Amino acid sequence: MSGADKKFDVVGKARRRVDGRGKVVGQLRFADDLVLPRMLHCKLLRSPHPHAVVESVDVSRAEGHPGVHLVLTGEAFPVPYGIMPVSLDEHPLARERVRYVGDPVAAVVAKDEQSATEAIELIAVRYRPLPTIASPEEALANPEARIHDYGEQGNIHRNQAYEFGDVEGALAASDLVFEDLFFYEGNTHLPMEQQASLASVEGDGKLLLQSSTQNPHYLHRQLARVLQMPASQIRVIATPNGGGFGGKCDPGNHEFVVCKAALVLGRPVKISLTREEVFYQHRGRHPVLMKFRTGVSKDGKLTAMHLQTLLDGGAYGSHGPASTFYTGVLTPVTYQLPRFKFEACRVFTNKPACGPKRGHGTPQPRFGQEVQLDKIADKLDLDPAELRLGMVTEPGSLTASWLRVGTTGLAACIRSVVERSDWKAKHRKLPLGRGVGLACSTYMCGAGVAIYWNKMPHSAVQLLLDRSGQVTVYSGATEIGQGSDDVLAGLIAEALGIDTDAVRCITGDTGITPIDLGSYSSRVTIMMGNAALQAAGRVRDQLAAAAAEALDTLPERVVFSQGRVFAVDDAGKAMSFVEAVALAEAKFGTLSAVGSYTPPKPPGKYKGAGVGPSPAYSFSACVVETEVDPATGWIHVPKIWIAHDIGRALNPVLAKGQVIGGVYMGLGEALMEEQAFRRLPPKLSDALVHRNPSMLDYKSLTALDMPEVDVTLIEDPDPNCPYGAKEVGQGPLLPVMPALANAVYDAVGVRVDEVPVTPDKVLRALERKAKGEAARVGPEAFPEVPYPSPTFVLPPWENGDGDELKGADGKPVRRERRVATA
Amino acid sequence: MMRLPWFEYRAPRSVAEAARILAGEGPGAMLVAGGTDLLPNMKRRHQSPSTLVALRGVDELKAVANGAGLQLGAGLTLTEVVDTPAVRERYTGLWQAAAQVATPHLRNMGTLGGNVCLDTRCTYYNQSYEWRKAIDFCLKKDGETCWVATASKRCVAVSSTDTAPALIALDAKARLASVGGTREIAIADLYRNDGIDFLARKPEELLSAILLPEANGWRSCYWKLRRRGSFDFPVLGVAAAAKLAADGTVEAARIALGAVASRPFLVPKAGEALVGRKLDDAAIGEVAGAVASRAKPMDNADMNLYWRKEVVSAFTTYALRELRGDDMRAERLRTARQALAA
Repeated sequence: MSGADKKFDVVGKARRRVDGRGKVVGQLRFADDLVLPRMLHCKLLRSPHPHAVVESVDVSRAEGHPGVHLVLTGEAFPVPYGIMPVSLDEHPLARERVRYVGDPVAAVVAKDEQSATEAIELIAVRYRPLPTIASPEEALANPEARIHDYGEQGNIHRNQAYEFGDVEGALAASDLVFEDLFFYEGNTHLPMEQQASLASVEGDGKLLLQSSTQNPHYLHRQLARVLQMPASQIRVIATPNGGGFGGKCDPGNHEFVVCKAALVLGRPVKISLTREEVFYQHRGRHPVLMKFRTGVSKDGKLTAMHLQTLLDGGAYGSHGPASTFYTGVLTPVTYQLPRFKFEACRVFTNKPACGPKRGHGTPQPRFGQEVQLDKIADKLDLDPAELRLGMVTEPGSLTASWLRVGTTGLAACIRSVVERSDWKAKHRKLPLGRGVGLACSTYMCGAGVAIYWNKMPHSAVQLLLDRSGQVTVYSGATEIGQGSDDVLAGLIAEALGIDTDAVRCITGDTGITPIDLGSYSSRVTIMMGNAALQAAGRVRDQLAAAAAEALDTLPERVVFSQGRVFAVDDAGKAMSFVEAVALAEAKFGTLSAVGSYTPPKPPGKYKGAGVGPSPAYSFSACVVETEVDPATGWIHVPKIWIAHDIGRALNPVLAKGQVIGGVYMGLGEALMEEQAFRRLPPKLSDALVHRNPSMLDYKSLTALDMPEVDVTLIEDPDPNCPYGAKEVGQGPLLPVMPALANAVYDAVGVRVDEVPVTPDKVLRALERKAKGEAARVGPEAFPEVPYPSPTFVLPPWENGDGDELKGADGKPVRRERRVATA
Repeated sequence: MMRLPWFEYRAPRSVAEAARILAGEGPGAMLVAGGTDLLPNMKRRHQSPSTLVALRGVDELKAVANGAGLQLGAGLTLTEVVDTPAVRERYTGLWQAAAQVATPHLRNMGTLGGNVCLDTRCTYYNQSYEWRKAIDFCLKKDGETCWVATASKRCVAVSSTDTAPALIALDAKARLASVGGTREIAIADLYRNDGIDFLARKPEELLSAILLPEANGWRSCYWKLRRRGSFDFPVLGVAAAAKLAADGTVEAARIALGAVASRPFLVPKAGEALVGRKLDDAAIGEVAGAVASRAKPMDNADMNLYWRKEVVSAFTTYALRELRGDDMRAERLRTARQALAA
């Protein structure tokens, strides 16, 4: 499907995105824009305690308040939910326990939002406070009070441990071993659109939920579970999202509540979260403490790495089991790493749940890895760009952990940013106070396995054509602002030789579109795209067969281009696309085709090998330039250069917008974004509150703070991807944070080994340097974590086959049947 | 969305009528001009006035009058202040301060009088009612304890106005009107170092105008420290004004600080120390150190508290260098993201 030598009509041309007009003129209807006759409004009562037993909820006064139609409590929701089958630990409204300030306890449905807000305050809840767990260190030290009654032990939610080859042996044999601690503070998605949901019972008696969600399919399944209704009686429409970034992947408490209320009342019920409530819904970046022990040879080759991570998961499971994996699994994809061990642990704390945010679990270890590489280059007196170029993974190779690296443009990315930023003339050569830093990264083009185990396709597309020439494409894929509708229209248009204007996209509606798993893991372009091309190919075959008869040629000699259908060797034999559709409709009947896509099986066979594999990986390299004031530590970023290996840019203007958006978000994380909490003095209060739950106080870059970004797209089409196109939604964020930290080091010679890198930390490090202490600010210790004994797997080059078992002595042994055939 | 509490809305057409309403309604009434400070605070239940006296329809509050100095109506929006040529040309410090308040949208609504009377701010206070309930409230509103300084009997919420330090450095006066007549007081005297009772304005008075003395050779500037180039309240404001002789010798000078206490305040010794000297690096360094010693930031605003104190000296230096005539545009672009060259 690469079509490397194909001449394109639509692909690769900078186009206005298909939903652009509606957005610009304000016609696009977000969930909060929806209004239905007889609609009621819902507000949630949230816990003021970080951790407490709910002893009683008295709703009588609220029920009697004028305008109130319904008050719901946890009693209405006996069945728990969770995005992952292994973490079904949430209830729409708390039943016995609240676990963070903001945990929903009750809901009021009233004639308007004002009445609902008033009635909320009339609900009397009696709480019995429990000890507050505020940090991972506290969670490890205090198995009681236990936040959940499941998990590994105490307040540990999940552990993962893998060792690919004998890492200690390799470290011992290395010329140098670097040991570094890093911390990455949590942060949130901050989509412009706050979540809103409107539930109604349609004329046919079925439930309809229109909601800002990235994953209507997973939400659909969870609604059926919690409401105890057949899924066929529920329809979920993902309204156009004003940004998602992972924050709308989990089903939200509010979504279940309005559905239940609409079913009880028979009237439409809407909820619109306030900005503060969005901070509580969260599911954002995990705070992660990391320890890297990395062996290198004197000439700058990696020998082995031992990575340990500790994740602050917040109060619920969310995507946590996957997030835990992701703090390790993509680490070996960028550079040749003969042996790799990683141990990860996620704990529960009394804060809003963390989950997937753009880059899901990988920006944190990527930060540590790329900053450590900068330290290695410094120590070995090597150029950091050359160090990396000397060890990029080979195309088609396997990693120590059995991930298949497909195409890779990483070397081309590095060379591009080195040249465009004039790196060689700047690095270690600029005057004090100015510097450049470089970092690289990789990301998946779609997770290889679904969130729930099944053998069905990950994405499906249906096409419907008729004699008018219109092409309607149905897909469950969800537009979250990333441009998935535009990708869909562009691919169909290219395959059928028509303009995107002739394609109508109907997407993200579980009632009428075939299933797509959702807008997460950068999977849409690849998976929806491959499904769309399969469907388009099938319908094209029908069109070609019908047209060939009329053109007196063979079907395989029929060409579709620019709205025309003609014989390849005789342009005089031609007709319009509309005419071809009419002929095909006459010949075959109604024209429709479906396509679907299932990713390839992962090469690794060990338990857990399903997390990390992807049909393809994107790669990025980034150079950040900084001006750092040695007197104040103030950090100014005049310019950023980034190159992204996208395989092929389907719509370059959209792709560049995604790159710049990723850089914007990455720079915000690098410099200021913090989902930070305040613990009041424990002697006086149990309170643990979000420090800054508002758009003013949660700091993200404004337009004035955003530097110029020089974007290069590296196009090396990947055969697993539609017309070779890889992801661009997440990857370009990843190298920005370490590149910034490395640039600060180049400017003033101090290391800030944590994110965000703020002026006070720079100044503190400068003061330490002036006193002759370590010129560094960052975590000082890594706590004792009871990681389990690792799953031991041999790397491919140590004659492993990805299916070893661990022997009694901790060394690998082959499974017997494999030994027998070896 | 967050909802406003119920209130009665009055829309007088003159200062006299507004003053009569204030006198009649008593302390339950509050003035609202642009509403950019008060209305979000009301949504968070910081204030629940029974009556709002809206000043938008009072034309005389929009007056700009030249004379001995410059008189600016308190009802001018910050955008209108920024767009007043006399402000930009003769009172650069005020122009730079007004131009850096919040965002363009908020400056289009918010007024000069509103910024001067801005409620003090604190990260424990500027939160929703539900959030504050989760900490059992605080001294400034509905609670007993100051969570910033648990032993403090006084609320330490921070003065966050940008224009006030600039006006103090410019030796401006405030005109206050009530049914009893008008009075004029120095801007510096309008403030008390108390996070709750931070204004010396009486409840029946309204701020009608700001009176700037003749520029008369004074030059001024304002340096604002905040995390981002827009939107944020100051975590430090340094306003400086000086009258220089032809050879650059300082004849008189005033330096005022904002956002490091519950009020903006003058640092008289700093100005006095400059008199008779030239603004050379040595003099600037000495004075910057003295100014820094007066800053007492608390852990109730954005950014690290100790760092905020550490950089007072640097920002005072920037201000004095700008008064000296150094081209500070590059430094402004790095820190403020705007050149702000008058």
